[in-house]
Amino acid sequence: MEYFNIFVKGIFIENMIFAYFLGMCSYLAVSKTVTTANGLGLAVIFVLGVTVPINYLLENYVLKEGALSWLGEEYATMDLSFLSFIMFIAVIASTVQIVEMAVEKFAPALYGALGIFLPLIAVNCSILGGALFMQERQYVNIGEASVFGLGSGVGWWLAIVAIAAIREKIKYSHVPGPLRGLGITFIICGLMGVAFMSFMGIEL
Amino acid sequence: MKALDNFMQKIKPKADGKFPLAYTVWDGMYTLFFVPGHTNKNGVHIRDGIDLKRTMVMVIFALIPSLLFGIYNVGHQHFLALGEVTNANHVCDMFMDKFIFGALKVLPIIIVSYGVGLGVEFIFAAFNRHAIQEGFLVSGMLIPLVLPVDVPLWMVGVATIFAVVIGKEVFGGTGMNIVNVALTARAFLFFAYPTKMSGDEVWINTSLEEGQQLVDGFSGATPLAQAVKGGTEALNTMNASVMESFIGFIPGSIGETSALAIGLGALLLLITGIASWRIMLSTFVGGYVMALLFNLWGANPFMELTPLHQLVIGGFAFGAVFMATDPVTGSQTNTGKYIYGFFIGVFAIMIRVFNPAYPEGVMLAILFMNIMAPLIDHYVVAANIKRRLKRVSVKA
Repeated sequence: MEYFNIFVKGIFIENMIFAYFLGMCSYLAVSKTVTTANGLGLAVIFVLGVTVPINYLLENYVLKEGALSWLGEEYATMDLSFLSFIMFIAVIASTVQIVEMAVEKFAPALYGALGIFLPLIAVNCSILGGALFMQERQYVNIGEASVFGLGSGVGWWLAIVAIAAIREKIKYSHVPGPLRGLGITFIICGLMGVAFMSFMGIEL
Repeated sequence: MKALDNFMQKIKPKADGKFPLAYTVWDGMYTLFFVPGHTNKNGVHIRDGIDLKRTMVMVIFALIPSLLFGIYNVGHQHFLALGEVTNANHVCDMFMDKFIFGALKVLPIIIVSYGVGLGVEFIFAAFNRHAIQEGFLVSGMLIPLVLPVDVPLWMVGVATIFAVVIGKEVFGGTGMNIVNVALTARAFLFFAYPTKMSGDEVWINTSLEEGQQLVDGFSGATPLAQAVKGGTEALNTMNASVMESFIGFIPGSIGETSALAIGLGALLLLITGIASWRIMLSTFVGGYVMALLFNLWGANPFMELTPLHQLVIGGFAFGAVFMATDPVTGSQTNTGKYIYGFFIGVFAIMIRVFNPAYPEGVMLAILFMNIMAPLIDHYVVAANIKRRLKRVSVKA
């Protein structure tokens, strides 16, 4: 039940986009069509689902104060947490590299459509944000951490495919000239944020 | 009518003349009275020239029972709170007093909503040089009906401007919006002025004339707020059992209290085919199923309400009949409509029961599904394409 709660929380209540506004850059840029948005969303789910548990292990067995005590008594007082940012980023960047190679090999069309935003997942705030939230919230075991990562990823995916579908729908709308493109996307994003506020405050 | 037509034709300003606004206003008025005025001479192929305006007017007709009942109920709740009508069951006492009092409270809200909203529409039409669109006719009626009676008029005005501009005009006007305009107004007020839109005070107008005394221990909470605290018993003590909630003499937003009056409107919408029966049906089914599950679970007093009770209190019926069925913001595909409606029902009850901050979830559930509707449509269409492709390849 705890796992389920964390998962649902990640999708709806603490949605990366609408609760924390993380990962907005690629969210706004790659949401023109549902197909590419879906591809990027799935990539984010995968990266979050892989990096959060790996970073959890790193955090708890290498970086945290006293985390190295499994090496021996003399390491028990070591605190490597000043390294956490760079370690997290290293893990994220290498995972993104794997994803990039896999996408290029198996879905070249998607690779072309995503363009620069695929490698840029490495600096997508929601990925590092996921790792840092994991650190801050101190999940008790690796299962909770991975469920949290997956849930946040699914929340991000849901947000980006929803806005992509809306943008496809309003493609032929008579939007006033100055608002075409990013302007109207920001407004849609705000309206979606209002709708997602329905879940804020729910305690699971 | 003929004389009016002649007069209008005589004063018709030039479209590209000195005053573009004058032409827009004239055109809007003319459309309202005389368009479409085409009649067939022979060979009828179109059974009925139902257009946007007639659709909208039909919805307005469907809203009239709720509106009249709402006006009466405002008066009823007022005199009930003051203790002038002691027995809640004698709803017909002081009939005219109640009605007049309610009308004095409700009509200004409607006038502000229409005045402000149409004003914004006219300005945008003049800027964009297009004809006035009739889309606001229904929104302008829905906005007052989903507000509590004690809302200040300036808030109605601000919310209407926000909803019409951000909710509709920036997307290109009528028929292009992605979220329901009336609900945008409601949500705007709900999040911007929470104290005026929830809590115990706003649902019953208790403004006093000189020399009157407010009864002690008066509390004007809605049945929903009571249900959060005390479940079914609390509702029964405040005269909001299933039957009483169905008829609707309970506190709440102006138009949403009576499932009976809403049902009359729903009947008209369904007979004329204006609203989608798929959405309406699946919304109620979704709400019923979810309420049934929660009823079996029964973890807090609110969950113990019977499913039927959940459907008749609050704005569930109003939302399902008039808001969810909005043909623009809802799902367009038939399969999508079932999914869309079902999830509205599910989320509405879920937010109601789970979220301590919001006792009412229908508005937010519909908003949420409005933004999800294009996604549902996309996947329904994709599934259709896939199925047909499969059929082709099997034959070949």
